[in-house]
Amino acid sequence: MKLTLWTYEGPPHVGAMRVATAMKGLHYVLHAPQGDTYADLLFTMIERRNHRPPVTYTTFQARDLGADTANLFKDAARGAYERFQPQAMIVGASCTAELIQDDPGGLAEALNLPCPVIPLDLPSYSRKENFGADETFFQIVKVLAKPMDRTESVTCNLIGPTALGFRHRDDVTELTRLLATMGVTVNVCAPLDATPADIARMGAAHFNVLMYPETAETAARHLEKTLGQPFTKVVPIGTHATRDFLAEVAAITGLALPAETGLRQPWYAASVDSTYLTGKRVYIFGDGTHVIAAARIAAKEIGFEVVGLGCYNREQARPVRAAAKTYGLEALITDDYLEVEAEIARLQPELILGTQMERHIAKRLGIPCAVISAPVHVQDFPARYSPQMGFEGANVIFDTWVHPLVMGLEEHLLTMFREDFEFHDAAGPSHHGAKASARPEAPVAEAGASGGDIYAERMTQEPVTGDVIWLADAERELKKIPFFVRGKAKRNTEKFAADKGVTAISIDTLYEAKAHYAR
Amino acid sequence: MSLDTQFRSCTDTPVLKERGQREVFCGLTGIIWLHRKMQDAFFLVVGSRTCAHLLQAAAGVMIFAEPRFGTAILEEKDLAGLADANAELDREVARLLARRPDIKQLFLVGSCPSEVIKIDLSRAAERLDGIHAPHVRVLNFSGSGIETTFTEGEDACLESMVPALPATDAAELLVVGALPDVVEDQMLSLLAAMGAGPVRTLPARRSTELPAVGANTRFILVQPFLGATHAALIKRGAKPISAPFPFGEEGSTLWFHAVADALGLDRAKVDAVLAAPRARAQKSVAAVAETLRGKSIFFFPDSQLEIPLARFLARECGMLPVEVGTPYLHRELMAPELALLPHGPMISEGQDVELQLDRARAARADLTVCGLGLANPLEAEGLTTKWAIELVFTPVHFYEQAADLAGLFARPLRRHALLTPEAAE
Repeated sequence: MKLTLWTYEGPPHVGAMRVATAMKGLHYVLHAPQGDTYADLLFTMIERRNHRPPVTYTTFQARDLGADTANLFKDAARGAYERFQPQAMIVGASCTAELIQDDPGGLAEALNLPCPVIPLDLPSYSRKENFGADETFFQIVKVLAKPMDRTESVTCNLIGPTALGFRHRDDVTELTRLLATMGVTVNVCAPLDATPADIARMGAAHFNVLMYPETAETAARHLEKTLGQPFTKVVPIGTHATRDFLAEVAAITGLALPAETGLRQPWYAASVDSTYLTGKRVYIFGDGTHVIAAARIAAKEIGFEVVGLGCYNREQARPVRAAAKTYGLEALITDDYLEVEAEIARLQPELILGTQMERHIAKRLGIPCAVISAPVHVQDFPARYSPQMGFEGANVIFDTWVHPLVMGLEEHLLTMFREDFEFHDAAGPSHHGAKASARPEAPVAEAGASGGDIYAERMTQEPVTGDVIWLADAERELKKIPFFVRGKAKRNTEKFAADKGVTAISIDTLYEAKAHYAR
Repeated sequence: MSLDTQFRSCTDTPVLKERGQREVFCGLTGIIWLHRKMQDAFFLVVGSRTCAHLLQAAAGVMIFAEPRFGTAILEEKDLAGLADANAELDREVARLLARRPDIKQLFLVGSCPSEVIKIDLSRAAERLDGIHAPHVRVLNFSGSGIETTFTEGEDACLESMVPALPATDAAELLVVGALPDVVEDQMLSLLAAMGAGPVRTLPARRSTELPAVGANTRFILVQPFLGATHAALIKRGAKPISAPFPFGEEGSTLWFHAVADALGLDRAKVDAVLAAPRARAQKSVAAVAETLRGKSIFFFPDSQLEIPLARFLARECGMLPVEVGTPYLHRELMAPELALLPHGPMISEGQDVELQLDRARAARADLTVCGLGLANPLEAEGLTTKWAIELVFTPVHFYEQAADLAGLFARPLRRHALLTPEAAE
């Protein structure tokens, strides 16, 4: 038993729903009690989908238990076929139905429905949403995709995009355009917008583009083994990764590299206006794929300092740990957002790149934040075109990450005139419109003082300090430092004091530390 | 509209009972408002990742800050042996209470998986109560989808509190059902002015303010979904006051009148107290009703508020209900409402969502009230919809909120007219 307040991932059957909802002509019969239909609203509300997810829930009740839940399932499956006439069906159990062991796969098979029926076995008490999506897509591919002749021209399949994915829809458009510049056309994109008939003709492609290892790695490996289709290993998020991806495609296909078009990010990062971004301390958390990509962009393309990173999906722990090592860091692999919050509070970054969960942590701690990964929120489905992948994705990411920060010249002005009654740092970046009240002076203490959090003591653990105290005049001086660097200044000073064996920080200690860390 | 001889109500309307896929929340969802209402209570769901995900999806981001609820997620090893699960539960509760000394009431909330594997939460609550009393009182109820539909979670929670309430012989009025604090304060001040005191509420904001109950207690519901709590209070000897529910000017007035009659209050004094808020409510509802008059409305089942709301919309706003779906129809509690609801609509209980969608598409009502899973798909089909859940999360009871309640239904219609002027007459 594990006490959980908020979760990064839903149960595995929600992953299966992400695949089913992304596809067309597929129907999911889910053995589940009343209430599990809540998952529909994730799709209709967060993603603003204009159709219900293609899911039939058996809706068993207490009085059905021990009576005839199996027949309930059979009626639901038969009814769903008659009403929706799908090309193929997937059948499975939610967490409660898993316990009553009705065997939806066997029951559905006995119905002899006139379409392929693919049973799913998703262990609800040990696995989670991403596993559910990956496993579901793999099972569909395993049953439906067959060997066949390759297309004459060079084609690929785009695999991995699902419903409720972070910018999946726009990534597909961007990659399709990017590949076209090399002369590669897309044979099938799946699961997003694919029909079961499309899955059946995946074998015609020359190779697979694995867009999101979270949801399609098992399928990619299966297709490599059974159909001899190589798959791309680089996820093209960021300028460097996109170039590496194109090189990888060139190596697989023997085609020439295309001319780069539409890429503005490198010049935007190089222009003098971006100088203020140098060395800003960022913390990165999300799914493994987006975190690895974000760390590379942050460190190599924008010039931030990555001070911590981690992911919530254990399946990606190994590559995330390896990526962290290249920045001299130890990755945090956890699905407990309180641990992430404590880590962020300890590190005091100047920018958080995270999920919607980190956005809330950031709000609480008064730290700027940009969202880079699922779990998603209605805001992660903007009306405008905003991919993460390819060159346009690199442009979008640059804008998105810079937006939460105070801009360069404004940063200087705040430093110079920080006591101005209108133009003070609590007013927030001037390009952000109406701003709430002043941000808390000492976010760490603030979170602990709220007294409401059941893990409160984890939040109040002072980071580096040990026995170091701040003298009153030094503390006042610290408050004169603009908020966006105050966390760093405090942390550096305390570390400096601790290293020197100083127990009371004076104004001199503060400026000695500043001189020590100058670069 | 008065009860003249011409009036035909829905009292004898046959009810369509359906059984099939239900597009509704389970009772766990009630925790979202109950944990805010009871400020020293913590709700610990013993369930699966699905339960935690549901609460998160239903709560959205509104209350990220400090949830006084959590889920003890069952893992593979808990399913292997029950003794293990109990020990794990004791450990999690001890940790929780050590960290939250402000918690005075702990609810162990049963879920679909905990019920299917038969974790006995009532025994667990007794055991834990023995350990943590008197500082913390531990109770249990089921919010599982196999037992409860959406608002029935609140019913199960309040029902679990009734046997533990202290006994009293005092003649007190007990108002039952969670209301937003501002609405509760309005109600209490009107009741006090009428001379109805002393008045207690269930749930109370804090465990120290819990009501006592006994043979001289008169109680009245403010929410229509509290059938089990109603029965539990009668079992404690309390006497119910039957009334329509306090939605709209008429519903609120009939509700206060029922209290006044039961307590033998002076009607002239009562009417004097109610006169000003009644007039305000009539005036403000009339303004909103201009948008609603003559428009048809179709209710999918959601919260058991459907019949009282249809009554309000039909009688005070001139709307024409086509179908009024309710997840469960409590005949006794609904009798005063059905007697007021004008004959005409189909009344349905339970749900087969595909069949009901067929009916909704055929009816093409001017406004369709449904859950969040159905709203956008129906909008995409050209129907105008109202999210049902907003009716539970918004202050809508009594006089000062009557126009707000009407406004919740008027807004989608006004919006539709704004965005598609060519469609408006």
